[in-house]
Amino acid sequence: MLQNKSFVKRTRGGKITKVVREHYLRHDIYCGAPVCKVCDTSGARLSPTASTILIFDTNVVLHQIDLIENPAIEDVVVLSIVLEEVKNRNLSVYNRVRALCSNSLRKFFVFSNEHHKDTYVTDMSGESKNDRNDRAIRVAAQWYQTHLAGSAKVLLITNDKENKRKAIEEGISAETVESYVRSLSKPELLDLLVQPASEDVKMEDAEDLRPSKRKVIYSEHKPMSEITSGLHRGIYHQGKLRVNRYNPFEAYVGSESIGDEIIIYGRTNMNRAFDGDIVAVELLPQDQWHEEKSLALADEEDEEEDVHLVPGSADDAPRTIAAQGSAGITEPVQNRPSGRVVGIIKRNWHSYCGSLEPMAKPAGGGGIAHALFVSKDRRIPKIRIQTRQLENLMDKRIIVAVDSWDRLSRYPSGHYVRTIGVIGDKDTETEVVLIENDINTRPFSSQVLACLPPLPWFVSSEDLANPIRQDLRQLRVFSVDPPGCKDIDDALHCTALPNGNYEVGVHIADVTNFVHSGTPLDDEASQRGTSVYLVERRIDMLPKPLTEDICSLRADVERLAFSVIWEMTAEAEIISARYTKSVIKSCAALSYIEAQARMDDSRLMDPLTTDLRNMNSLAKIMRARRIERGALTLASAEVKFEIDTETHDPLDMGMYQIREANQMVEEFMLAANVSVAEKILKHFPLCSLLRRHPSPTREMLEPLLRTAAAIGLNLDVSSSKALADSLDSAVGDDPYFNKLIRILATRCMTQAVYFCSGDLSPPEYLHYGLAASLYTHFTSPIRRYADVITHRLLAASLGIYKLPTIFQDGPRLTSIADNLNYRHRNAQMASRASVELHTVIFFKKRPTDTEARIVRIRSNGFFVFVPKYGIEGPVYLTPRGEKGSGEWYVDEQQQKIRKMDGSISYSVLQTVFIHMEIVEPQPNRPKLQLSLV
Amino acid sequence: MEYVSPEGLRLDGRRPMEMRQIRGEIGVVDKADGSAVFEMGNTKVIAAVYGPREVQNRSQQMNDRALVRCEYTMANFSTGDRMRKPKGDRRSTEISLVIRQTMEACIMTHLMPRTQIDIFVQVLQADGGTRSACINAATLALSDAGIPMRDLVTSCSAGYLNSTPLLDLNYVEDSAGGADVTLGIMPKLDKVTLLQMDAKLPLDIFENVMQLAIEGCKAVATYIREVLLENTKQLEYRRGT
Repeated sequence: MLQNKSFVKRTRGGKITKVVREHYLRHDIYCGAPVCKVCDTSGARLSPTASTILIFDTNVVLHQIDLIENPAIEDVVVLSIVLEEVKNRNLSVYNRVRALCSNSLRKFFVFSNEHHKDTYVTDMSGESKNDRNDRAIRVAAQWYQTHLAGSAKVLLITNDKENKRKAIEEGISAETVESYVRSLSKPELLDLLVQPASEDVKMEDAEDLRPSKRKVIYSEHKPMSEITSGLHRGIYHQGKLRVNRYNPFEAYVGSESIGDEIIIYGRTNMNRAFDGDIVAVELLPQDQWHEEKSLALADEEDEEEDVHLVPGSADDAPRTIAAQGSAGITEPVQNRPSGRVVGIIKRNWHSYCGSLEPMAKPAGGGGIAHALFVSKDRRIPKIRIQTRQLENLMDKRIIVAVDSWDRLSRYPSGHYVRTIGVIGDKDTETEVVLIENDINTRPFSSQVLACLPPLPWFVSSEDLANPIRQDLRQLRVFSVDPPGCKDIDDALHCTALPNGNYEVGVHIADVTNFVHSGTPLDDEASQRGTSVYLVERRIDMLPKPLTEDICSLRADVERLAFSVIWEMTAEAEIISARYTKSVIKSCAALSYIEAQARMDDSRLMDPLTTDLRNMNSLAKIMRARRIERGALTLASAEVKFEIDTETHDPLDMGMYQIREANQMVEEFMLAANVSVAEKILKHFPLCSLLRRHPSPTREMLEPLLRTAAAIGLNLDVSSSKALADSLDSAVGDDPYFNKLIRILATRCMTQAVYFCSGDLSPPEYLHYGLAASLYTHFTSPIRRYADVITHRLLAASLGIYKLPTIFQDGPRLTSIADNLNYRHRNAQMASRASVELHTVIFFKKRPTDTEARIVRIRSNGFFVFVPKYGIEGPVYLTPRGEKGSGEWYVDEQQQKIRKMDGSISYSVLQTVFIHMEIVEPQPNRPKLQLSLV
Repeated sequence: MEYVSPEGLRLDGRRPMEMRQIRGEIGVVDKADGSAVFEMGNTKVIAAVYGPREVQNRSQQMNDRALVRCEYTMANFSTGDRMRKPKGDRRSTEISLVIRQTMEACIMTHLMPRTQIDIFVQVLQADGGTRSACINAATLALSDAGIPMRDLVTSCSAGYLNSTPLLDLNYVEDSAGGADVTLGIMPKLDKVTLLQMDAKLPLDIFENVMQLAIEGCKAVATYIREVLLENTKQLEYRRGT
């Protein structure tokens, strides 16, 4: 049956046009109930014993998605009209509903009511779109009721009073969500309910009791039409709001229209916007730009500064530029525009991890209690929730979702989603870390596991006979990795050639032989992006059999590899490079310590040790040449834990030691990556996945220069070469000085990022840190998806395989690169958070006195870096709360803090002795505190 | 954008392998020697054929075969936004040429030397797949005019969106930016007379999409044959034999 849908639409140019589209109505859309005798039940999803079938109204799906996701809600028919409306209103809810519908464990069925001949409703004149859709829902519910008459009861769940009334008039059983959940007699579900909008009135009543709070706190958001016209005329600026991770009262909006970041100070100016929201911003008058700043400083000092790990790069480090500007007036940063949010174009609300703010127990108990939720992520404001299980939740980590934020309340209101576990418990906190960083820890689905080759797996005769695969089993290949490494993705060989040159090979696990483009396994891996290494556990990108066995280049077994083989002179000049798929048999899987010991032991003269020494001498030359070109040797403070095998508690911690063997392996991996980058870019100039590291701007290096100037060190930052040289020459009288300067330099850099070569121009491909004009990741395909892509590109450039189709899709490739960057960054954040967590556990039982270095001066204290444990944290000279007592004087120029009477002074990079211990200012909230001895 | 829902329905409610409703009618312009209207869903095309007749421009006359000319136009009201369609723009010149070549391949031109055959096609309503509809209409009109042909030429498009091959794209699907294959075949001879594609497709997927388009062309051929048969029966009835 054919129907024409016609509607009126406004085009982008502003003209009004009439659009007519065909709309086919079908006979072959089935009801999805297995008990049905008329319909084809092969695609049925509902359970055969379902006594009640639920149909949700659009508003219920939009607002109560947390409830719907609860396994207590089953046998749901999702109407396509509801899905369509949800999709238009909130894409993230739509994706969640779609995930439910495709989950084979849940009994959700999508009924395409809009294309079913009996449930399609034509528009009636004078009827609004909403009314028409409500009618469609009722018609579908009615159809189900008559269709399944007798075998199941159909229940329409709607919170719309009008809709419910009409439904009951038409003889459909309908209920509100609340009454339905109550009828299930599961009180814990009630917490998941979002309070309907009518509740707002009650909230206001409650606030009446505290007249001081009953006032308009935030200014009104402008209506969408005004925002659009404002953006059009250039008075408003659109951009994504990013809240400063270290100061939640400060946010940035990157605006294309003015080509700079707009700074937004304070919650009032942020006007209820969350981190990640797309907002419209109005610039403040220029004379207010400076005044706001001092306010921000005051705000900042109210906030707690926690002890944390040393930042690995500028992205992790606190944004100090703006905050430090209060001293001088000539600072260029002060001219940065500031503004305020006038409207929110797109919300980025999702659920947040955290705990309830401790408070006095309410008198009643057992009833509904209001509580404030504090997110673990400091960028998120406190969230007001209602709960019936307050006692129970007080010492728990919970997940909360945001529902609304009206002008009258200081905090947004939300609802409880689920409990993770007890605060402070290692497993709970680890899970919090994983959830916060959006890391998927779910076991691999059966579809993904179905893509694995059958186990046990061996190199087959077909693999050996395959003409594209070279047999390199006779070579003396070995691998060098951290001790206990199970996912060995790289191995090396080095053979002296008769002409005095060396043949050096880097063999990388041939992951793409098992992970084919477009399979569920590939999709999953590209979603995960990278393996995540926590202190006590590893979350794999690929399923365990691949990670630890089939792909891992273990000793004494034949494995498939992708090899880069160079001929090198003794001076480490590359004469030729070739790339081939291969079969190898590793003769030894060494650890860094073993490899180092072999090289150092002059009595050993076996072939393997000779290979190691040859490689090492080549690597040294390559390294020297790389440094000559201007590669930076940056230092990071990586920490290593010794974990108790039984309790999994940390026993000891210390800095990770870097040996020559590490540097040797690293050098060859870098060389392989560079070689491969050149090769793939030559063949695919538009769709190669490369990695770049942007040069730091002078502004970013400002903190480093300031510190250096204070101690009389002159750093040249004009190029990476100049910086590298001046870092080399920065040798103080104590041995740790140079490393400290390097650590400070490292944190000024941004992180390297993946990108698609078609998106940028060749000069922008530069990798600043490595001083390489081209770079990519090729050497760890087991744990990084970027390497998998590079493997495919390389294979295609050799003509071995065809290039998968997605490489022709530029925007898709860019989005893959963006996802990889996001995952990569999250994985790093998670690793750091995990180390921080273990640090707290470690120091719980061991208050320690140790040496520390001052890295940054603040008005009421300073930040110290503890080299032994790789952590950084504040030391307060004046007790917090009573600031500005005037006892201490800060000298910005010389980076010194001095007591007014001149008796004591501290300057930057000075050594101090501190005491570290765990304190619990509030129950269940342990934190590490540093104080002067 | 989701062009095929997980339930397997396209935006307009068709399944991926389904064509839109087609309808053909013969003899709509009395003055012409042969004429037809052909509809594929909301795409509606009228075709009129004049000839074989004397060649208008003597210099173009060919002594061994007939001259085939084709003119494609779009009515000003054929799209929603009433834009003036200048005659002889790039697109219509290209489509005119495509239709001419496709039809010329099946007309037995050597039987009618020193004559000319004019095919006029006009799009009355456009909703994707105009090329295919024009070719189908032209086939019907040529048959109506009684011009000797080797076989019917029928055409249908197919595309590839959301990793699914789709038959007979409508305007929304057509403008999605995916690959769009327009195919014209002579179903009885099993020969391809037209094959066009915009965007790129890997070879193995292209084969699937093309196979789907062939199925579509064959279905159109079956329908066109029915229309012709029905028309012939009508003529027979009118003659009263």
